[in-house]
Amino acid sequence: MIDMMASMWGRLAWDGFPGELVTIGGALAVVFGAAAVGAALFYFKRWKWLWREWLTSLDAKKIGVMYIVVAVIMLLRGVGDALLLRTQQALAVGDAGGVITSDTFQQIFSAHGTIMIFFVAMGIMFGLINLVLPLMLGTRDVAFPFLNSVSFWLFAAGMALVNLSLVYGEFSAAGWLAYPPLSGLEYSPGVGIDYWIWSLQIAGVGSLLSGINFLTTILRQRAKGMSLMKMPIFVWSVITTMILVVFAFPILTATLGMLSLDRLMGMHFFTSDFGGNPMMYVNLIWAWGHPEVYILVLPAFGIFSEVVATFSRKYLFGYKTMVFALFGITFLSFIVWLHHFFTMGAGGNVNAFFGIMTMIIAVPTGVKIFNWIFTMYKGKVKFASPMVWFMGFVFLFTIGGMTGVLMAVPAIDFQVHNSLFLVAHFHNTIITGVLFGFFAGITYWFPKIFGFKLHEQLGRIAAYCWIFGFMLAFFPLYVLGFMGAVRRIDHYDEPSWQIFFIISGVGVLVILLGIGFQLLQLGVSIWQRKKNLDTTGDPWNGRTLEWSVPSPAPSYNFAATPQVSSRDAFWEMKQSGRGIKYVHEAIKVPKNTGAGAVIAGFAFIMAFGLIWHIWWLAFVAFVAVIVCILKRTLSDEDNERELSVKELKQLDAKARKGVRV
Amino acid sequence: MNQLASKRYFGFWLYLMTDCLLFAALFATYVVLRGNTADGPRPSEIFNMPFVLVETVILLTSSFICGLMLLAAKANNVRRTKTLLFGVIVLGVLFLGMELSEFTQLVHEGAGWTTSAFLSAFFTLVGTHGAHIFIGLLWAGALLWLLQTRTFNDALLQKTGLFAMFWHFLDVIWIFIFTIVYIMGAA
Amino acid sequence: MSDAKKYTIGFVLSLLATWLAYSIAVGHLVNAHAMIVVLVVLAVIQLVIQLVYFLHFGSPGSKWNMLAFVFMGIVLLIIVVGSLWIMANLDYNMMQRSPDEKNSYMIEQSNKGF
Repeated sequence: MIDMMASMWGRLAWDGFPGELVTIGGALAVVFGAAAVGAALFYFKRWKWLWREWLTSLDAKKIGVMYIVVAVIMLLRGVGDALLLRTQQALAVGDAGGVITSDTFQQIFSAHGTIMIFFVAMGIMFGLINLVLPLMLGTRDVAFPFLNSVSFWLFAAGMALVNLSLVYGEFSAAGWLAYPPLSGLEYSPGVGIDYWIWSLQIAGVGSLLSGINFLTTILRQRAKGMSLMKMPIFVWSVITTMILVVFAFPILTATLGMLSLDRLMGMHFFTSDFGGNPMMYVNLIWAWGHPEVYILVLPAFGIFSEVVATFSRKYLFGYKTMVFALFGITFLSFIVWLHHFFTMGAGGNVNAFFGIMTMIIAVPTGVKIFNWIFTMYKGKVKFASPMVWFMGFVFLFTIGGMTGVLMAVPAIDFQVHNSLFLVAHFHNTIITGVLFGFFAGITYWFPKIFGFKLHEQLGRIAAYCWIFGFMLAFFPLYVLGFMGAVRRIDHYDEPSWQIFFIISGVGVLVILLGIGFQLLQLGVSIWQRKKNLDTTGDPWNGRTLEWSVPSPAPSYNFAATPQVSSRDAFWEMKQSGRGIKYVHEAIKVPKNTGAGAVIAGFAFIMAFGLIWHIWWLAFVAFVAVIVCILKRTLSDEDNERELSVKELKQLDAKARKGVRV
Repeated sequence: MNQLASKRYFGFWLYLMTDCLLFAALFATYVVLRGNTADGPRPSEIFNMPFVLVETVILLTSSFICGLMLLAAKANNVRRTKTLLFGVIVLGVLFLGMELSEFTQLVHEGAGWTTSAFLSAFFTLVGTHGAHIFIGLLWAGALLWLLQTRTFNDALLQKTGLFAMFWHFLDVIWIFIFTIVYIMGAA
Repeated sequence: MSDAKKYTIGFVLSLLATWLAYSIAVGHLVNAHAMIVVLVVLAVIQLVIQLVYFLHFGSPGSKWNMLAFVFMGIVLLIIVVGSLWIMANLDYNMMQRSPDEKNSYMIEQSNKGF
């Protein structure tokens, strides 16, 4: 009887709660954070409003905002992790022990990487695409609005799992990619790796579905007259990114699946005995991992293309070569993945092939950098804060790219692999490339979604803090890498390293200041929104279709579908004075539904059951997911309501008072 | 074909492409690990070729019948559609039953998925295909129920078309399992 | 030709390809090296048969589907062939040597700068 009771609760136990000061603090932060939000909703009586207006919405713009909100919360957590790591490394030299235990340190750097890549970068990316893509294409929503909601909720479920691990249980201590055999059952029998696996599996499915969704939207739902070569360049960057998503994420799913089979069912894919081959995991995970980093950066390139053209008041230089460069990067990113494990022991010819391919992939990126600069040349450049982000990017990302080419040479990589030089390189490219791009995009498109501009001055100060803070935080790491410091160390004996770690720590504080200014900017902008209202829908003198609708963009996007005849369609319409040709027709708007949240909720429960070995719970939740899906697909297709042409004209007239063109 | 249907077919085709890559990763792993038999049996020792040939013909036939079913649906012949769909389900259940019996047999012989890397890869690759067949059968059952209880319209034709795509795709994957796992294993 | 006829042709051809592969393998009609090539070729042929006759590949309106398939095929080949090449290389260099042989090999590579 006791045995049955024990197996009914899996391996749940009281010692799952954290016991160290730092981890207790983390757990309390999650619990109080969630409680504070809940209390605020209760106090302001906004539960129903939240459910009705946001959580059940199938409007891509609302889903986009929710993605970004979740991602920003995770950014705060990721930066908190970074602060702890830097503090430890700044203090723990020689005899000093630092502030956290080794085991906690390992969980923190694993969580830091996992959160930043999967939940911050991917989150903001999918968020921005949701906000902007349908508007840019002149269409009402994405191809599959319900699937879009499911994708978001699966992402949120993954995020919830990662945060739950902070409160109950532990997280992976095997790095953000969890190489076996360390991540196998023998060396990591606890729940940490399982939390890692399942949060990524669930979020990964969401990403895959979004990839299918956005590709179908672009290829099947463009405005009339918008041929492929007339699309905004951001849309091309989304196409290539989604091609990468669709063809790379299945590899992640398969590989995480096999690791979980090793752990759950005693299989021997990646064990060190019974014929398992851990090197195959490294091979597969990077076959996904390399495309993943291009998934992160290509949309940022797309955003910069839009921002630079708009603020230089010129057509983007070399549109065609930009498109070719995007495809070049996409194809090449599938044949470079071995450069992540040059040192694993492959022979000279294999290393040489992948090294050469890695060097080649820098070329299309270089083409893009030149094209942005040529776009600015002889343009009437306005240095609004999105352009400040771009200037930081163009200088700093180039450095990061060059260090990448340096490491593409296997001989050099043997010296710097897994050193702080590598850590500096990838933070260089991700922060100044991906993150700066996303910040520029958020500032640029904020008025379109919310109807008022963000405070410009505070935005600039934030950008300067990030740029300066980044340099302080990561340039010392390049030096440390050359001095022999490896990554993921919580203690070192060489005293000459300490000053660099301290400078780096100061850099993180400056970045934190930058984040503080961004949060301040948000608060002040909301407070002063009446002063910064976007009354025309076109606050930046934009070039693409999203600026032709009122701000904030109405839920149905376009009351009448625009007809397009050239690139930079909106700019062309403004210049020629012809105005926009519209086609009026009734549209179907999907009804709100909580089904996406419910499906993801059951997925969360299933994951919890698998992590804690509560098999019956996992099984029941899995069945519930299938049932929910069946229920939705078997329903009578009465999921939409219609907006007649008359209704649309009335709504549009109300929204458009003051819109230019 | 209206816009909504065209979107759905294309989107579903894209999903099938991602599923192909999922199988590709599993195939690559299988080929890499198939020599790692530890102390367990080798492929040639556990594969029953006539048995697998019968499985293959059953699945192929079900794919053929599925095609005929879609033709019947396009011709608005609901009765014939239901009959042929039922045939697909029967053959699918037969296939799955045979596969499950093969798996159970292997586990009883001590050639389970914990015995060696080769066997882990075998059970996972073939088992994932089997899991897809299982989901397909659930889908077919739901479709049959819809055909029985609702008036046949464009939406139902669409659902039938999507199912047919899925079922054909599963047979395409099986071609490679049959060839790379069983035939190459036995030879 | 009628659609039903198309499916029937596809069915018969697939059966033929299956039977051919089966007989060649079980009857050991070619040597081991040629066997792999023959089997893979037959599998690819059957793939094309089923794509064309069952999934209507190449019919009008399937342009994007075909493009998506080709893209997928390219990535699939890269992953599968790439993994096999890499793993065979790693296996030769890392698994077929004793620990001492491995050690001197890695030192040699490091000195070569590779």
